[in-house]
Amino acid sequence: MKAAHEFARRHRLQWWEALPWLAGIAVFFVFPNYLAFSTQVVVTILFALSLDLVLGYAGIVTLGHAAFFGAGAYTVGILAQQFNWNEPLSGLAAAALVAGAIGLASGFVLLRTHGLTLLMLTLCTMALLEQAANMGAAWTGGFDGMPGLSFQKILGLFSFDVLYFRSQYLYSLALLLLAFALVRTLVYSSFGQSLTGIRENVRRMHAVGAPVRARLIVVYTVSAALAGLAGGLFAQTTGYVNLAVLGLERAAGVLIILILGGYGRLYGAIIGAIAYMVLEHLLAKAYPTTWQLGIGVTLVAVALYVPNGILGLAEHFWRKRSGKRPA
Amino acid sequence: MDFLSIVLGGCAAGMVLFIVSVGLSVTMGLMGFINLAHGGFAMLGGYVIVLAMKHWGLGFVAALALAFVAVAALSVVLERLLYARLYRAAELTQVLFTIGLAFVMTAAVTLVVGPETQVVPLPAWLRGQTDLGFLQYRTYSLVLIVVGVVLVIGLWLGFERTRFGARIRAAVDNRRMVSSLGVDVNRLFTVTFAVGSGLAALGGGLGAEILGLDPNYPLRYLVYFLIVVAVGGLGRVTGVFVAALLIGTLDFVLKIYFPKGGTIFIYALTLALLLWRPQGLFGRRGP
Repeated sequence: MKAAHEFARRHRLQWWEALPWLAGIAVFFVFPNYLAFSTQVVVTILFALSLDLVLGYAGIVTLGHAAFFGAGAYTVGILAQQFNWNEPLSGLAAAALVAGAIGLASGFVLLRTHGLTLLMLTLCTMALLEQAANMGAAWTGGFDGMPGLSFQKILGLFSFDVLYFRSQYLYSLALLLLAFALVRTLVYSSFGQSLTGIRENVRRMHAVGAPVRARLIVVYTVSAALAGLAGGLFAQTTGYVNLAVLGLERAAGVLIILILGGYGRLYGAIIGAIAYMVLEHLLAKAYPTTWQLGIGVTLVAVALYVPNGILGLAEHFWRKRSGKRPA
Repeated sequence: MDFLSIVLGGCAAGMVLFIVSVGLSVTMGLMGFINLAHGGFAMLGGYVIVLAMKHWGLGFVAALALAFVAVAALSVVLERLLYARLYRAAELTQVLFTIGLAFVMTAAVTLVVGPETQVVPLPAWLRGQTDLGFLQYRTYSLVLIVVGVVLVIGLWLGFERTRFGARIRAAVDNRRMVSSLGVDVNRLFTVTFAVGSGLAALGGGLGAEILGLDPNYPLRYLVYFLIVVAVGGLGRVTGVFVAALLIGTLDFVLKIYFPKGGTIFIYALTLALLLWRPQGLFGRRGP
C-alpha cells in the first residue's frame, strides 16, 4: 500500500530537486573564473540527459548519439558561417529540428533491430555523418572545422561574453532547466511509463497491445532533438565546430558519463557529467601525461564495483539506512 | 594500378582485419560479451613485437610468437580476474568496463613507450618484391595473404573437425543447453578468449605495416573490427573471413580512388547489409 502510494506520488516535485539548480546559480557567483568550463559541463549534462531518455528509459543501447550532437552543432555553425544567421535562439531551434529529423529518419529504419546490430547501426550512422562532414569541406570546413563563429545578443539583450563566459553560462543553464523540465514531464507521463515497460519486457508490451515501435521512434526523435540542442549550444558557447563533435570519442564519453552517474534516473546525467568532467579536469591538471590512466582505472572500477553508477550507490545506502528503521 | 595488384593489396588488408577480428567474433558469440578492448590486445601485440625486436634483438618470427604467447597469457589473467565477474552484468556495464580497459592500455603504452608511431622493422627476406611469373608484387603482402589463408584453414578445421570446435559452435548457438550437457562453458571461453587475443596480437604486429601502430590504435580501429564481426555474423569463422576480405578490399580500393572520405561507402554498405540481414551475412537468427 505504501509502495503504491509512493509510486503514485513520485512525479511530484520534491524539495531536494531544487538543489542542483541552486548549486548551478551558486557556481556563477562562487567560481567566476571557471564559467567557461562550467558552461561545457552544462552542455554535457544536456547531452547526457538526452541520452538518458533513449538509453536509461527506453533501453535503446546506442553508441552513436554524438551523431545528433554533431548535427546540431554543424547546423548552428553552417547557418552562422554560410548564411549569416547569427541569431542564437532560432539557431538552436534549427539545430534541434535538423537533429530531430535525422533522429526520426534513422530511428524509423534502425529501431527494428536490437543488441549488437543496433549498436553497430547507430555507430555506422554516426560514422557516415562524420565522413560526410569531412568531405563537404565547402560547407563544413572539413577537417579544420569552423573556427571563430560569432553570434548576436541572446534575446537581443545579452551579448556573448568572450572573457568570462557569464552570459553563456546562464543561457546554457536556463536552456538545461527547460529541457530538464520537458524530459522529467515526459518520463513520468504514461508515455514514459510505456517506455520503461518496453525496456523491462518488450514481449509483454507487444502482448498488451502497446505500439512499441512507434513509441521508440518518438522517443528517439525527441532525444535526437535534445542532443541537437546540446550540440547547437556547444557551437554557440565555444564559437567553433569541428569533426570531434560527432566522433566516437564524444559518443563514448557521454555514454561513460551517463553510466557513471547512473542511467534511468534523470539526475544521473547531472551527477555523472560533473563527476567525470571535474575528475578529468583535475587529473589533466595534476598529471598531464598520465591522466588517461586514471580515467581508465576509474571506469574499470566503476563497472566492477558500482555498476548502477553514483546515484545507484547512493540509493543503495539510502535504502539500507531507511530499511533498518522500524516501519 | 592494375586489377590484380588491387585485388592482392585488398586481400592483404583483409587478412589483417580477419586475424585481428576473428577472436572478437567468437568470444562475443560465445558469451555475448561486448569487448571494446579487443583492439587493445592487437595493439599490445604490436608493441611486444617492436620492443622485443629492438631491445632483445629477436627475429621477426620469434617476436610474433612471443607476442602471441605474451598477449594470450595477459588476456587469461584479465579474463579470470576481471571479465569473468561481468558475464552476467548488463550490456552497458560491459561497455563501460571494456572502454575503460582500452583507455588503460592506451595510457599505459603512452607512458611506457611514448605517444609516437612505431614501425615494425621487417627482415630483409620480407622486403622487396616477389616475381609471381605474371606479376611482380610486394613480398610482405603476399606473405600476409598466405598467413591469412593458412590461419583460416587451420581455424576452420579446428572449428568444424575437432571436438573442442564442436563444443564452441554448440555453445555459440545455445550456451545453456551445452552447459547442461556437462560442458564447462567458462573454461571453453577462457581458452577461446586467450587464443582470440593471441591472434589479435599477431594481427596487430603483422598489420602494423598497413594499419600503423600508436597508442590510439584500440579506439581508432574499433569500428572496423566491430563492422567485420557484425557483418560476418557472431561466432562464425568463415563469416568473419568473408566480411574481412570484403571490407579490407573495399577499404583498399576506396583509399586509392577516393583518398578523401571514401570510407563513407563502407559505413553505408554496412548499414545496408545489417538492415538487410541484422544477424550478419552468415550469422544465425537468435532465439
